[in-house]
Amino acid sequence: MSDMERKVVIELDNVKRDFRVGSETVHALRGVSFKIYEGEFVTIMGTSGSGKSTLLNQLGCLDTPTSGEYYLDGIPVRNMKRSQRAVLRNRKIGFVFQNYNLLAKTTAVENVELPLMYNTTYSAKQRREAAIKALNAVGLGDRLEHKSNQMSGGQMQRVAIARALVNNPAVILADEATGNLDTRTSFEMLVLFQKLHREGRTIIFVTHNPEIAQYSSRNIMLRDGKIREDIENNNILSAEEALAALPKPQDD
Amino acid sequence: MSFANLIRVAIRAILSNKSRTLLSTLGIIIGVAAVIIMMSIGQGSKESIRKEISKMGSNVITIRPGADMRGGVRQDPSAMQTLKISDYESMLSGLKYVQHVSPEVTQGGQVVNGNNNTTTTIYGEAPEYMTIKLWTVQEGDCFTEEDIRKNAKVCVIGKTVANELFPDGQNPIGRSIRFKNIPFRVVGVLKSKGYNNWGMDQDNLIIAPYTTVMKRIAAQTYFSSINASALSEEVSEKAIEELTALLRANHKIKEGMDDDFTIRSQQEIMETMSSTMDTVTLILVVAAAFSLLVAGIGIMNIMLVSVTERTKEIGLRMSVGARGRDISRQFLFESIIISLTGGLIGIAVGYLGSWAAQMMSLPASVPLWSVLLSFGVCACIGLIFGYVPARKAALMDPIEALRYE
Repeated sequence: MSDMERKVVIELDNVKRDFRVGSETVHALRGVSFKIYEGEFVTIMGTSGSGKSTLLNQLGCLDTPTSGEYYLDGIPVRNMKRSQRAVLRNRKIGFVFQNYNLLAKTTAVENVELPLMYNTTYSAKQRREAAIKALNAVGLGDRLEHKSNQMSGGQMQRVAIARALVNNPAVILADEATGNLDTRTSFEMLVLFQKLHREGRTIIFVTHNPEIAQYSSRNIMLRDGKIREDIENNNILSAEEALAALPKPQDD
Repeated sequence: MSFANLIRVAIRAILSNKSRTLLSTLGIIIGVAAVIIMMSIGQGSKESIRKEISKMGSNVITIRPGADMRGGVRQDPSAMQTLKISDYESMLSGLKYVQHVSPEVTQGGQVVNGNNNTTTTIYGEAPEYMTIKLWTVQEGDCFTEEDIRKNAKVCVIGKTVANELFPDGQNPIGRSIRFKNIPFRVVGVLKSKGYNNWGMDQDNLIIAPYTTVMKRIAAQTYFSSINASALSEEVSEKAIEELTALLRANHKIKEGMDDDFTIRSQQEIMETMSSTMDTVTLILVVAAAFSLLVAGIGIMNIMLVSVTERTKEIGLRMSVGARGRDISRQFLFESIIISLTGGLIGIAVGYLGSWAAQMMSLPASVPLWSVLLSFGVCACIGLIFGYVPARKAALMDPIEALRYE
């Protein structure tokens, strides 16, 4: 498939982001440009201080560039107001966080319904149906009414992924989504992300763990606020195989 | 977020922190209950004063000699002798809004029957006085026009006087009693009115023909006052105008000169009383309202803590698409629900309190508007004191909020 035919989901055009810390100006992003196409599974890597988090905030419309332009699904974001960006996040982005960020004492279904609560075009019934569908997609169809404090880390992250899927977003943004999980559960998550990738979802996975890059289709490496490397991965490993190769848990 | 969802989210948040919510509603409960109890006692007292005054005749108009003395300046004694028989007689016909007129001469003194005696006041009146002041003769009859003409030494006595002078339950009718050594034959006993609101025994009196009292006891040719009744409460004002015009003409008072008499209607007195009552009530209510203010600050405090505690939740909600106004509404709804719940419970407690006040024989009646007002005030408290925390939440930076630990 040539670049012309594929749909551009994300386009960064020389995005710079400066922060003022006291009297000094910190250049967190020093001109970043790239395009992400529909159906890509991109890992964005970098050590701390590389501008990784700043880039994630840009991609997630939580922040706006100091200069340059960011197009999300063709929509320029830089001059948008706070509330407009909130609506954009609601419709176009699904976040997955390192620490799950589920609402406490709230059931799985209700957690997944949350993004649709801010979309008044959904009725209560449609909302619940969409949430159940998303939970089925992450393999939690049997735990709809479990509360967040009754679930394991892996289950909580699955709920969070279902929450990211429920609004059928243009892009799923995962921020160290396996960072709090043990190896086995991490691979389970990667299996899930690969499944979503196969289904045609666009995924951006921000991490400092180089291992994860092997399971994605493209790898962008940041250093000092600039792109150091942007390579296609032509040899995507199967997370499923890696999971099978892991030693079986002792207590099972 | 839709209205229904906002309420659901707010109620869930409130229920997830029951003891804290209870404590912050407690302030509102106490405040509202205090306001309602104060208002109910104020209202109750006003109603009982009204009842008391209407028992004395709500359309009564009292004419006193001398100018309006509310300034407190002492007047020439001759100024107090301006109400003459001719004034009374001129009132008897030709007045459109005046129904009954009775002149009045009073004297305090001792009344004696054998070896029983008591101190009382004798009222020299016309028979119309009974109608004007709503007295009922319980036993016997009132004296007549004939008795007036003849300066007859007859009288009607109040229940207290009857009880004091005839302690053994003898029938006073036809018996002779002596007031300042003048013998009066008792022709009637009045039905008891009891004590009035300011603790005066209304039954401690003797009523006799005014002519008799003027000539035989007071030895004066002027009246101490004239009582009249308007056709109805509504035309009291017109009746007063009529009487004023008549008296000014009688006394030849020139345009621009002050009246040498004062006319007041029972209604005016009632209004004065109620406005005094209103002031007292207002002071009490304001004091109670301060506790509501404190309660509001309590809610604000709790909401601020709650916003800080839930920073991460706010960050999450924002990241999944909540706008600032969605967040601020969420917290506003929470504080409004807290204060309205407190308000409702407070209203219930207020009703209980006013019921308890009634049990302790305090006059209390909860005015409906005070309930509505408290409810409205609670909504406002929720809104006003919820605003600062809600705004704080809405202005959070989602990035910072998500990172908050």
